[in-house]
Amino acid sequence: MRSGPIMAVLGTVPDPEIPAVSVVDLGIVRGLVRSASGALAVRITPTYTGCPATLLIERSIREALDAAGFRDVEIETVLSPAWSTDMISDAGREQLRAYGIAPPHRGAASTSLRGAYVVECPRCGSTHTREVSRFGSTPCKALWQCNSCAEPFDRFKCH
Amino acid sequence: MNEHLFQYLLRLGDDSLILGQRLTEWCGHAPTIEVDLSLSNLALDLIGQTTLFLGYAGEVEGKGSDADRLAFHRDAEDFRNCLLVEQPNGDFAQTMARQFLFSTQSVLLLDALTQSSDARIAEIAAKAVKEVRYHADLAADWVIRLGDGTEESHARMVDGLDWFWRFVDEMFEMDAAETALVQQGIAVDRAAIRSAFDARVAATLSEATLAVERCDWPLGGGRSGRHSEHLSRLLAEMQVLPRAHTDAVW
Repeated sequence: MRSGPIMAVLGTVPDPEIPAVSVVDLGIVRGLVRSASGALAVRITPTYTGCPATLLIERSIREALDAAGFRDVEIETVLSPAWSTDMISDAGREQLRAYGIAPPHRGAASTSLRGAYVVECPRCGSTHTREVSRFGSTPCKALWQCNSCAEPFDRFKCH
Repeated sequence: MNEHLFQYLLRLGDDSLILGQRLTEWCGHAPTIEVDLSLSNLALDLIGQTTLFLGYAGEVEGKGSDADRLAFHRDAEDFRNCLLVEQPNGDFAQTMARQFLFSTQSVLLLDALTQSSDARIAEIAAKAVKEVRYHADLAADWVIRLGDGTEESHARMVDGLDWFWRFVDEMFEMDAAETALVQQGIAVDRAAIRSAFDARVAATLSEATLAVERCDWPLGGGRSGRHSEHLSRLLAEMQVLPRAHTDAVW
């Protein structure tokens, strides 16, 4: 099993929309499995059903694997279990914050969408913030604004 | 081929395809940039769900069709969407009225379908329902905001809902084919989710200072391919490019 080196390669593949975070830390890579044909396969899952980045992510992973000499490693897309923001790693959450995107709360995916969560401004840290629009520049983000520093910011939607 | 399952998947896929296509008409025309982004996001989710449902439909049919083939190379009489989703956008209030009624139904249907004995349907539904919950919330928020807003916005919301009451019953209609699928645990009894739908609609409209209207002359026929002229016009725009250039690929 060459899982260590393969996962290391996958850790270098950025998400095309949020290049500060890798597809591993975002939870898009679900692990390595033996495919039906017996070959080693990277199992991936889409974030949103209509996310336009899905095809690009698969291509980026293919290119990275090929470049590292793992041409025989396959890619397998699965829907179940459905991707959720709880699959984002702690490192991924920190990278989102540093990139200017407020990370989603843990466990929020399984609770009400209308919960009154405290969202910290990723720029000044203030908790005095408000939702501007639940839908933002990509399917996974909502648009927020900080009442303290007045900066608008993206928030990763709990999903 | 399992004809009942194929038809059921067309119904699920065509509902989201036609509503998704309708919503794209707002792109660049919505009242504010936030609403524009919201409606485009809804359309994107719905088209994504379509790809999964129609992709599976193509496999069940077994004639080599993929989701694109089914979306772009069927004529109006072969579409199985309900009449509600093909109705014109009208003004923003009418669009939100349609979205509210459809998404409220869709959350209940998809939530129940996550328990389908067909593993493929169950996993698509589990993914889709997370997205549609956001749609239902957005639409309900706007129904309340417009209904409980100014005299003008209230009147527009009343008019918007009035357009759609006659199309509500069709979303819960059952026929022999779907009943057979329910008995196999594959489909959901639409009639059984009606009371939950009515309760949610009543609660939101009450908050919006609006009234639930009963329609004495419900319209149907979409599930067996009898559509309004609005669908043909929508398809003409949606299908013209892939039909004119049949071998073109992205």
